[in-house]
Amino acid sequence: MSGAQETGPFDTRDRDWQPPGFAPEYKSTALRSPKHALLRFPTTLSEETSPVFGHGMLGELDNDLIVNFAAEGEMAIGPRLVVHGRVLDEMGRPVPGALLEFWQANAGGRYRHKKESYLAPLDPNFGGCGRTITGEDGAYEFRTIQPGPYPWPNGPNDWRPAHIHFSVFGHGFAQRLITQMYFEGDPLIPLCPIVGVLKSAAAVDAMTATLDKARTLPMDSLAYKFDIVLRGRRQTYFENRSEGL
Amino acid sequence: MADTANVLKESPSQTAGPYVHIGCTPNFSGIAMFGGDLGAAMKTGPVKGEEITFCGTVYDGAGDALTDAMVEIWQADAAGLFASANEVRGAADAHFTGWGRSAGDMETGEFRFETVKPGAVALPDGRVQAPHITLWIVARGINIGLQTRAYFEDESGMNDLDPLLSQIADRGRVPTLMARSEAPGVYRFDVHIQGPNETIFFDI
Repeated sequence: MSGAQETGPFDTRDRDWQPPGFAPEYKSTALRSPKHALLRFPTTLSEETSPVFGHGMLGELDNDLIVNFAAEGEMAIGPRLVVHGRVLDEMGRPVPGALLEFWQANAGGRYRHKKESYLAPLDPNFGGCGRTITGEDGAYEFRTIQPGPYPWPNGPNDWRPAHIHFSVFGHGFAQRLITQMYFEGDPLIPLCPIVGVLKSAAAVDAMTATLDKARTLPMDSLAYKFDIVLRGRRQTYFENRSEGL
Repeated sequence: MADTANVLKESPSQTAGPYVHIGCTPNFSGIAMFGGDLGAAMKTGPVKGEEITFCGTVYDGAGDALTDAMVEIWQADAAGLFASANEVRGAADAHFTGWGRSAGDMETGEFRFETVKPGAVALPDGRVQAPHITLWIVARGINIGLQTRAYFEDESGMNDLDPLLSQIADRGRVPTLMARSEAPGVYRFDVHIQGPNETIFFDI
């Protein structure tokens, strides 16, 4: 964790930018979205604080989905990837010590879950989850395989673009966020009802990772860059640093 | 103090999907990983205050229990202090994390946390928040995590003065924010996403 103790209220969430609870094209939202308007209040200490996740809790392979579930000497099947980026707040400041948890389907588009019934087979060497904690500069990185697209029950023939789920924990419970990362150039992105809950092209772009040729590992892995932005504190007090920012 | 302006937009939220448990509670999902699931235990040793069980079920608009949700709670310790790096009012109970995560029961969806009853939280401006637990709920069909709070029905004196509760105009809905004692040391807080008892959700 950073030595700084940031306190102060978080800026209001932009609900016009974020998706609505109910989105008719994504059918599961019909019974799972509140009918009443959300009650808006300023953050309090309850939202301005959050638990601390230290790097010490991480195992060596937590951020390597290629091997973290594989048998000794084996590896997951699929195009090898490095996914990296930074976690920032809305003011552009890095968020060190942020916990990132990620999960995804295997290269055939199949999740390791007992309720999952897609035809594509499980990969015995792929669990599909990993985690890491950002460094002082907010940077993170993990290794995985390219997930496959898959069909899902919504409309008569809906397909999810290849994606990786991210759960993000910053420095305040108000920042708690789950999002999905898509891959630049995937033709399924504009056809997906779940992507489609976001109405602005800029929001879709913000969820789309770009190929990062400079970070590829030659003869080993492609690299994609995906930055994540959490809510920020408009006025930030650093209780134990007189120099402030 | 730094006073700055927004230069970036918050990352758009997306549904956690039907398999959030793979990523956040893999061991619950049968994927042995990380030496255990985060948030499974809130007590790491002998704790101060009243130990309670905090449980409930999340219901959809058809009255069906969600079995694919993840519920996280965050709360103060018995003295009203948070086990957080940015808690500046004092040192929280060293044996209490304040944070719990539940995948819910595989069959019934009921979440259950072994925790302590939180103390009142004294805010820097002098106001006092009544004891409460903050909840964050994600699942398939939820585009952006639902925020709510559980207060305690048996703390009516404190509740009446709570800066948030006291500002809710629709008084008829305030009971949806109350955890009720259903047995000694057991508090139930059911969440209704829709329906006549729709829980109050916040944009905080």
